[in-house]
Amino acid sequence: MTRVGVVVFPGSNCEYDAQSAVDALGAEAQFVWHSTTSLEGFDAVILPGGFAHGDYLRPGALARFSPVMNAVRDFASKGGPVLGICNGFQVLTEAGLLPGALQKNRGLTFLCQPTTLIVTSTSSVLTRAAQLGQELVIPINHFSGSYTCDDETLRQLNDEGRVVLRYRDNPNGSKDDVAGVANEAGNVVGLMPHPERAMSTLLGSADGRVLLEGFLEVGARALR
Amino acid sequence: MNHSVVVEVTLRPGIADPEGATIERALPALGFAGVANVRAGKLFRLDVEAASAEEALEKARALAERLLSNPVIEDAHVRLRSS
Repeated sequence: MTRVGVVVFPGSNCEYDAQSAVDALGAEAQFVWHSTTSLEGFDAVILPGGFAHGDYLRPGALARFSPVMNAVRDFASKGGPVLGICNGFQVLTEAGLLPGALQKNRGLTFLCQPTTLIVTSTSSVLTRAAQLGQELVIPINHFSGSYTCDDETLRQLNDEGRVVLRYRDNPNGSKDDVAGVANEAGNVVGLMPHPERAMSTLLGSADGRVLLEGFLEVGARALR
Repeated sequence: MNHSVVVEVTLRPGIADPEGATIERALPALGFAGVANVRAGKLFRLDVEAASAEEALEKARALAERLLSNPVIEDAHVRLRSS
């Protein structure tokens, strides 16, 4: 069975949502405390949402120095699939594993609402099972979700197909409507929306499934 | 010897500053006319142990770039705090 490490920082609060989503898709999630120094034995890693280290200084700024981040870096450099959701995305940018930064929302309000995303690249571990141009309804839940980077970086991300998800109706002022980006190899992905909270039509949307299914399949391949 | 150092962290030119813009928009309503280019930032005060003021500033600059600021969107400026 695919084993997924869900990294838990002091202040994380979406680890159970992530675990529940992973379980629902037939894989096994195990919490990994932030002081852990190895991710040996895991097939995929998720950095969940929340407020790691209280979001003091900047979201992700202190989490980046947690011991587990060296293990995440190692895991990613070996090609292991890594997914940062919301605060996890902020941590990955602060750690330099993904380009750019997340700023306060344009309207300076906390946003908690469904958003429509457009799949703009399928060459990442998260979007590989989705269709190019497919629209997905996935909720956001953040105060600092406005993606920014310099123009040169944005051009490079666009050219290399690394902007994997865009907002149809930009809710937070993200540059070029960016909702999710991938690293160069496509095995590290971060996004502000919460696919793990879009697992059931009864609760509003099941559109997160196609993303997480694709992600877990990569982990399953590592087993073979 | 302890040197009192101030680190100012501000958003880089060209990076959107919704906080600064909101403050700027509020000013005319309060009767403050003629105030433009408001940029919000952070200020840190530190006591740095170092042999000289230059060394203290160098240390502060290094930690400001590594931790207190995010070089992707922010600039850090260090100075000695006049007592």
